[in-house]
Amino acid sequence: MDFQIALLLGQDGLTNGAIYALLALALVLVFAVTRVIFIPQGEFVAYGALTLAALQAGKLPATLWMVVALGAVVVAVDGAIALRHGAMRRLPRMLALNLGIPLLLWALLAHVETAGLSLIAQIALTLCIVVPLGPMLYRLAYQPIAEAPVLILLIVSVAVHVVLIGLGLLFFGAEGTRTPAFSEGSLELGAVTLQYQTLWILAISALLILALYAFFGRTLYGKALRATALNRTGARLMGISTTMAGKLSFTLAALIGAFSGILISPITTLYYDSGFLIGLKGFVGAIIGGLVSYPLAAAGALLVGFLESYSSFWASAYKEVIVFTLIIPVLLWRSLTSHHSEEEE
Amino acid sequence: MSARPVLLEAKDLSVSYGKVEALHKVSLTIREGEIVTVIGPNGAGKTTLLSSLMGLLPGQGEVVYLGRTLGNDVEVEERVGFGLTLVPEKRELFADMSVADNLLLGAFDRYRRGDRDFDGTMNEVYGIFPRLRERAAQMAGTLSGGERQMLAMGRALMAKPKLLMLDEPSLGLAPLIIREIFRVVASLREMGVSVLLVEQNARAALQVADFGYVLETGEVSLEGPSRELENDPRVIEAYLGLGGKH
Repeated sequence: MDFQIALLLGQDGLTNGAIYALLALALVLVFAVTRVIFIPQGEFVAYGALTLAALQAGKLPATLWMVVALGAVVVAVDGAIALRHGAMRRLPRMLALNLGIPLLLWALLAHVETAGLSLIAQIALTLCIVVPLGPMLYRLAYQPIAEAPVLILLIVSVAVHVVLIGLGLLFFGAEGTRTPAFSEGSLELGAVTLQYQTLWILAISALLILALYAFFGRTLYGKALRATALNRTGARLMGISTTMAGKLSFTLAALIGAFSGILISPITTLYYDSGFLIGLKGFVGAIIGGLVSYPLAAAGALLVGFLESYSSFWASAYKEVIVFTLIIPVLLWRSLTSHHSEEEE
Repeated sequence: MSARPVLLEAKDLSVSYGKVEALHKVSLTIREGEIVTVIGPNGAGKTTLLSSLMGLLPGQGEVVYLGRTLGNDVEVEERVGFGLTLVPEKRELFADMSVADNLLLGAFDRYRRGDRDFDGTMNEVYGIFPRLRERAAQMAGTLSGGERQMLAMGRALMAKPKLLMLDEPSLGLAPLIIREIFRVVASLREMGVSVLLVEQNARAALQVADFGYVLETGEVSLEGPSRELENDPRVIEAYLGLGGKH
């Protein structure tokens, strides 16, 4: 390996690591707030990329039907509960969020030639379609068992993951897609050539991480999420609803997942099931952070990115094995150094 | 006294943990601007009573708050919005967040409903507990026991409650701090906050309260104005000790 190859691999590792870091942060957030290990995180990556590709091809993305259908189920379930308790004042907001917005999107997409829109408009539409799936899934799959042990929540996560993979195949077919780069061209930096898309990924990832940092540190809703993670009962007594916190964290996770997919789909071909491996690598990063520390999770995810890229040079066939084997020494080290409290489970 | 409007009334409230009944047909009334105390031994159901009134535990019977029936479907978060706030025995602070952030989160429900004007409340709370202002940047987990109780009460006051429920605020605290806490409880009356005070420290509780209930094995065994309870031989014998001097 000469210096130039090392730089090239480093660039690859950093780019992938940035994406893994985003996903790791979302996983830590979801786990801290809801105790759900969010295995379907990767599916949001694939759904984001494939939905954008469909819009660019001028097709109606099938995820649109999914958001309409899930929204309808949420309205049916919540509506029935509201009727039983005579809480009619909750209906308008519930209808608008779960059915109004998806139907409006449908009407819009049916009349607009999406292939001709600007990239920013296409990305915005993609996010409008994919992100609401996050809180809807939380409402239907996790909220009814929110107090269940971590293991049950994990089992449900596996089920949701399998269902989403299946639907992904049904929606998008087995073919992979790539989307055009945000901007074509590259930058010569001494010995290395940086694709503009790489710079986009690094810049937007950094921006998203900073935005998350500001959200948790500066806004009351961000603090409310941290409070729920620290002390659920204490948070409820302050009027911070566990359900609200769960939906908000799933919304953020879906947003991060979908955006990650949009960011990487110009540099790698994504299939309906590609998200799983990407999400899993984010998960290894999150585990390095013990599923609690955001900075450690991000650092761990970067490490995963570098390890993956350098091992693809030395032992390409074993690349995934090496990355996932990393989890064993990490778990060993954590089990020896961290003090385990048996408080909740 | 009886001219004051009723704030909360519980009628025949029963709460069970599985088959074990922890609270049996308890009735109590809290009037606006009143301090009501519930005293009784360990395990009498005092914490269960507060948890049920706050919506943390489902119960049978009727709870009416400001003319509104609080059924089991009215969640904790909704009750906070109605002006009910509980300071639990375990305090339930956000240990890894600063004192100032803990206080701020006490106003979360007001923020959610569009009331952004809580700097004034924050200053009031700092006025009541100057120690919290000194510790504003410190993590809640590093506070002493007394400071934690102050923070828990301050955080609850940030919600501008109509009814503040305190579960054993004196538990595990030094006598000087207890006096400080009870001084604050007494001053809440002037701020227009009604208080439901659950205590094992019967003497201090009866001194500060207007009305008292004695809870024993899940049932109200005695009730009356606290001056009368203080002089009731049964209360003196069981809870105040011989002499009843204070």
